[in-house]
Amino acid sequence: MADLSIDFAGIKSPNPFWLASAPPTNTGDQVRRAFDAGWGGAVWKTLGNPIVNVSSRFGGIDYGNTRLMGLNNVELITDRPLDVNLKEMREIKRRYPSHALIASLMVETKDEWREIIRKAEDTGADGLELNFGCPHGMCERGMGSAVGNEPAVLQEIARWAVEFATTPVIVKLTPNVGDILEPGEAVLRSGAHGVSLINTVKSLMGVDLERMVPLPRVGGASTNGGYCGPAVKPIALHLLSQLARHPGVGRLPISGIGGISNSRDAAEFIALGATSVQVCTAVMHYGYRIVEEMIEGLSDWLDDHGMRSVNELRGRAIPQVQEWGELDLSYRVVADISADKCIGCQLCYVACMDGAHQCIHLPGRTEAEARAAGHTHLPKVLPDRAVTADPSGEAAPSRVPFVDEEECIGCNLCALVCPVPGCITMREVPSGKPPETWNDRVQKGTDFVPGGLESTARARSS
Amino acid sequence: MTRAPIRLSALPSGRIEERFEDKSPRYTDAEAVAEANRCLYCVDAPCVKACPTAIDIPTFIRKIAAGQVKGAARTILTANLLGQSCGQACPVEVLCVGDCVYNAWGREPIAIGRLQRYAVESALARDPAIFRAKPPTGKSVALVGAGPASIAAAGYLALEGHRAVIFERKAIPGGLNTLGIAPYKMKGHEALRELEWVLSLGDVELRAGVSVVAQAAGPGEVSARDLLAEHDAVFLGLGLGADARLALRGEDGDGVVGATAFIERLKADPGLDLAGVRRAVVIGGGNTALDVAHELALLGVDVAVVYRRSEAEMSGYAHELEGARVAGARLVENRVPVEVVREGGKVVALRIAPADAPADMGARGPAPGPAEEELLPADLVAVAIGQSRATQVALAFEGVVLDARGRVVVDPATHRTGNPRVYSGGDCVNGGKEVVNAVAEAKIAARAMHEAMMTTTARAGGAAPGPSPQGS
Repeated sequence: MADLSIDFAGIKSPNPFWLASAPPTNTGDQVRRAFDAGWGGAVWKTLGNPIVNVSSRFGGIDYGNTRLMGLNNVELITDRPLDVNLKEMREIKRRYPSHALIASLMVETKDEWREIIRKAEDTGADGLELNFGCPHGMCERGMGSAVGNEPAVLQEIARWAVEFATTPVIVKLTPNVGDILEPGEAVLRSGAHGVSLINTVKSLMGVDLERMVPLPRVGGASTNGGYCGPAVKPIALHLLSQLARHPGVGRLPISGIGGISNSRDAAEFIALGATSVQVCTAVMHYGYRIVEEMIEGLSDWLDDHGMRSVNELRGRAIPQVQEWGELDLSYRVVADISADKCIGCQLCYVACMDGAHQCIHLPGRTEAEARAAGHTHLPKVLPDRAVTADPSGEAAPSRVPFVDEEECIGCNLCALVCPVPGCITMREVPSGKPPETWNDRVQKGTDFVPGGLESTARARSS
Repeated sequence: MTRAPIRLSALPSGRIEERFEDKSPRYTDAEAVAEANRCLYCVDAPCVKACPTAIDIPTFIRKIAAGQVKGAARTILTANLLGQSCGQACPVEVLCVGDCVYNAWGREPIAIGRLQRYAVESALARDPAIFRAKPPTGKSVALVGAGPASIAAAGYLALEGHRAVIFERKAIPGGLNTLGIAPYKMKGHEALRELEWVLSLGDVELRAGVSVVAQAAGPGEVSARDLLAEHDAVFLGLGLGADARLALRGEDGDGVVGATAFIERLKADPGLDLAGVRRAVVIGGGNTALDVAHELALLGVDVAVVYRRSEAEMSGYAHELEGARVAGARLVENRVPVEVVREGGKVVALRIAPADAPADMGARGPAPGPAEEELLPADLVAVAIGQSRATQVALAFEGVVLDARGRVVVDPATHRTGNPRVYSGGDCVNGGKEVVNAVAEAKIAARAMHEAMMTTTARAGGAAPGPSPQGS
């Protein structure tokens, strides 16, 4: 079994799975049950000056039969008394000395930061996470994401924290910025020991069309909240990879957050540079018990891939994150529809017709019918495929579309819409050309495409 | 135009059909949305091609998934005005559901019938004003028989602004939908509710208890000639006639019933008493035989279905046989009935004999041999071997022709008979198919009648020459 333990800027954890600062880490009883379930660490629900929360405070997005593809909240930091939280944190650290306990903090003034860092570290917590990400409520009071998207302010407050702290300082970043590298570099300059991202994405979940009030509804009104859950994972992975690729920021340990629900999600974050991963929405949906699959799945994956520790996986995918200009323009794939697996729904056909390059055809059509249906180019060779409807309904050979490979641009859309796993695959085909990137072309001076604005201008001037 | 809701006289309470529970009750909103979300939204979908009325099934299901129940019902009802009863009564297993692409994947096909019932019932319950009839045209159509074909045709004609007058011989309208569909699929009052909705669509009048005859002899009768004189067109939706008989010793008398007459009493007659019936034998291999067997089994009666050929040769659907078996009925195949055995006038058994070699069977089946006869104890024998045709009414219309099997001959493109102002559809034309086939034929006929009436102005008396009708 692979070694899942990690060392995050000196914070030791038996596995990389931490609970994010959120409702699942609201109380000592919860964190106790989470640690008993197997979680390696917990970032306590953000401490600060007492606040009042609203009711209701969560909104969800469903998609098809999937509940809670995304979740949003207008909840603020902890609404429990500070001394109660501190007492419970101390008790947890005493009972679970080898688990990672991190205090999330959010206050305003330098004195308040000094005070709360002293109190938090006094509990025995292993580290501090500065909450510079909360996109609602606290930012209007000059905290949360109001700090996170002002690099100079972020840098100054983080520098105070580093100065006051004796434990590692992690800065939690907001995704609600134009360029994540700006706050990332500010963290680096502040001397903080690590970063975590992403906090929630500014969002408005929907509108109650009968009441004409956005959701979640608080009486007769609502406000923007923070979006999280499986839907935000691609955004989180992108921002994580941006930081991880950076020559300076990338050297800091990063705690990945954003839509992580299972071991596979976690492995992806770690492959893109995360040292620990923080989970919230999936626990709010299914409970602490999900960590069993996460631990077992990650361990099995590492074993199956010949890696002895989670550290071996970290960052493996980063070198393959490139700018568009470095991609090989000569590489080519075409769609391949398996007649054996096809069930004849023809979603690939309509997707290609209306959403792509009209290179998927239906069998049994004349040229005139194909043109009337909207095809502007016809395949040179028609495959020998049955076109008579099978009245038994068992198989549908006549409904199996075919691909005009000459015209297929390898966009993937058909494979993405096909409901049957493995029915449409993208087959690599030799292009007959040597690898060449756009940047290569720029260097060689062949970076124009006939018919472009530049060539038009050149033609006019000559 | 707002019309007062039309209320047909309710069926009497105490009917045996009230004891049956729905086999497929209407979905709740959440169930419907969950099932609708499973639909792949196929292109040129096979389920649509399998539907005789060509309902755009993926579109209505997508509307359910989006919470647009009214739009879903509009999609269904535009293609099939009797979308609710078809959702309950259609043999979807051999139509739309049978062709769902999920079958090719080995997955549970979409429950299209239940989704359809959900959409229509919930939409009409919330707001029956899904359609608005066009302004009156001054044209009028008489429809003979108040079964599914006539009801659908009347609805489509009314939406075009025509007046539709339905003549029904029986006191209870609705034909097969009200009186013939197995009660675990649909109850009579649900059929009447659907009929009420069709009557509300426009200028539709129902005259129940009126027979159409060659020569009217008093109240309760109207002559074919009068219908042609008073209306611009006539639609014959006659259905089928009385149950066929076996011509066996002991058949006459109490305890032997025709299957459809029996189902009609189950559904509508509170006076039907099955207290003494513990064992029953159903004779026949079609869907009516399976229906009546299934119903009796659900009522706790020990039921045997006697069929002269093998299970594989039954005309009844395999899924219906399976349903009847699950309910407790059993099949006695390759047997022919010989005699209804009575004691003191009361039916006590059916004597059956092995059927001979299947190769030399005539239309009436092989001749019973004397050997190996056996007795099936029974308190009730239900005969489900077919129905006669309602030939007399059709022949009362000049120019209407019947084929050798007693079916009304029509041009399949228009459903026009030999009389250019008389159209027909449903069982009396197709010999006895599904409700959905009746609706499909009614739709063709209604469109043809509409076009014919809008291009002619005079209400001609006789039979003008029309295209020669072909067999259906």
